[in-house]
Amino acid sequence: MTNPFDFVSPPIDQIGLIERTQKFSTRSIKNDSKVQALKLALSMIDLTTLEGKDTIGKVQQLCAKAKKPHDFMDVPTVAAVCVYPNMVRVAKQALSKSNIKVASVATAFPSGMSSLKVKKEDVRYAIEEGADEIDMVISRGKFLQGEYSYVFEEIATIKELCKEVSLKVILETGELGSLDNIRLASDIALHAGADFIKTSTGKISSAATMPITLCMLEAIRDYYKKTGLKIGMKPAGGISEAKLAIHYLVMVKETLGQDWLNNSKFRFGASRLANDLLMQLRKQETGFYQSSNYFSND
Amino acid sequence: MARVEVLKTYKLFIDGKFPRTESGRYFKAKDAVGEFIGNMCLASRKDFRNAIKAARKSQSSWQDRSAYNRGQILYRIAENIEARKKEFSDLIAKEQGLSQKEAMSQVESAIDRVIYFSGWTDKLQQVFSSVNPVASNHFNFSILEPMGVISILSDSFTSFFEFISVVSASILSGNSIVILAGENASLSALTFAEVLAHSDVPNGVVNILSGKAEELSSHFASHMDSNALILVGKHTNRAELETLATENVKRVFCWSHEEIKASKFENPYYIKALNEVKTTWHPIENISSSSSTY
Repeated sequence: MTNPFDFVSPPIDQIGLIERTQKFSTRSIKNDSKVQALKLALSMIDLTTLEGKDTIGKVQQLCAKAKKPHDFMDVPTVAAVCVYPNMVRVAKQALSKSNIKVASVATAFPSGMSSLKVKKEDVRYAIEEGADEIDMVISRGKFLQGEYSYVFEEIATIKELCKEVSLKVILETGELGSLDNIRLASDIALHAGADFIKTSTGKISSAATMPITLCMLEAIRDYYKKTGLKIGMKPAGGISEAKLAIHYLVMVKETLGQDWLNNSKFRFGASRLANDLLMQLRKQETGFYQSSNYFSND
Repeated sequence: MARVEVLKTYKLFIDGKFPRTESGRYFKAKDAVGEFIGNMCLASRKDFRNAIKAARKSQSSWQDRSAYNRGQILYRIAENIEARKKEFSDLIAKEQGLSQKEAMSQVESAIDRVIYFSGWTDKLQQVFSSVNPVASNHFNFSILEPMGVISILSDSFTSFFEFISVVSASILSGNSIVILAGENASLSALTFAEVLAHSDVPNGVVNILSGKAEELSSHFASHMDSNALILVGKHTNRAELETLATENVKRVFCWSHEEIKASKFENPYYIKALNEVKTTWHPIENISSSSSTY
């Protein structure tokens, strides 16, 4: 299938990419910088619950945690709470007196296997309910069939609906098969108007990895060089340890620079990560290694 | 041409794997007469942290194994030490300066200890659980539950026998442990890790570090995710360690080298001590209380 666009996605050197990511985990980050990095990572989290069993109580609990991650430590709040569309109103209400955004997944999340009409309706509903951000999924089947224009048009249509509402485009990289495909899908999403590109739904076992994220960060960098537009990045799923989160921050800093080191340009889609960050912060404060028994489950 | 001997590198035992210490440090282990016998990993607080993490991860599934299965696994450990008796006795003879005969006798006693403790796995509940009489309509019963993760610190294990005794007594009821091998018994202790690795002991249930007690003791005592601390031998900073242990209300046990080595250690109360007692009040409907009016 030929590329119907006015851009060409470069081929990806897989070995080089993996070796490059390994370098990011060798940086030595000590004490003060570490505390700063932990706090920064916490402020970048999209605290997420996307389960069929989500209840109003669960979402309210999550929002309480988003507003006050720890009882007595002075730590930043998370960036957003990410829920299904029918929980947006609950989250919005629970977060009413805070700056924390409400993100909603939409477009027949997680499979995206529905008509464009239904997907548009899904997005409209989420926005009417009060969502500040929309996390859409691309049609992976169409992409793999080579219908790149369809994927592009779909993203562009949803972006039109979103207007000022920030749009994150989930590529579900675990289903795309190769780094070349991930780069092409990233380029399509960037050119179609995404405000963020996001790795995964978190619903399949293959979620965010550092090489995949680096591949997408490089797409963002090239798009910035070409257009001057700074698009955000959100790795999601599988990032549950503070140490790994810090490696990601190093990667962002060394690939895109300081301008991306804030929660308007970089997010972590996670839920367990928050507790590990809090445990490490508490360790820095008390000097004692911590136990998850003393941190809330949600 | 003479063959070059292949020497074994002794490493730590964490989560069923044999990693080097993350610190990259080492110390020189010496035998009983002060001769160099090998470079050992000098474990750091981060190795200890990794070990606790592994212990925590493994603990609940170890506890959930049937008591019978835990007994089988302990028995398997004994079988596998038996198969390597000669290797262990050679090591011990060198480490402790014993004659071959004395060393072999110690290995055999260690095997017997493991067999003894393996027998207790499915008897512990029978002996120590109880149905309690209460003055209300409740079925009231008490059962033992393992404490969870136990950190074990010795001023220095004086023998392989002692080391094996403490390990088997602690894990049999479903606890996971992190244990610091003493400087004088670290070769045999880490060789024992090889036995654990092929005896069906789940990864992370026993984690063995080699290093210096005075460097790691405060972390053993203060880690919030460890539920109990066993101090073996004399610790000059014992009061400080006990104070640190209060932060998460850790149970602290102090055992002397002599009592572990004595035959009295083959005693279920040592096992019971490493368990908590859970008492349940189960409401019962008292429908048969009405008596005949004839």
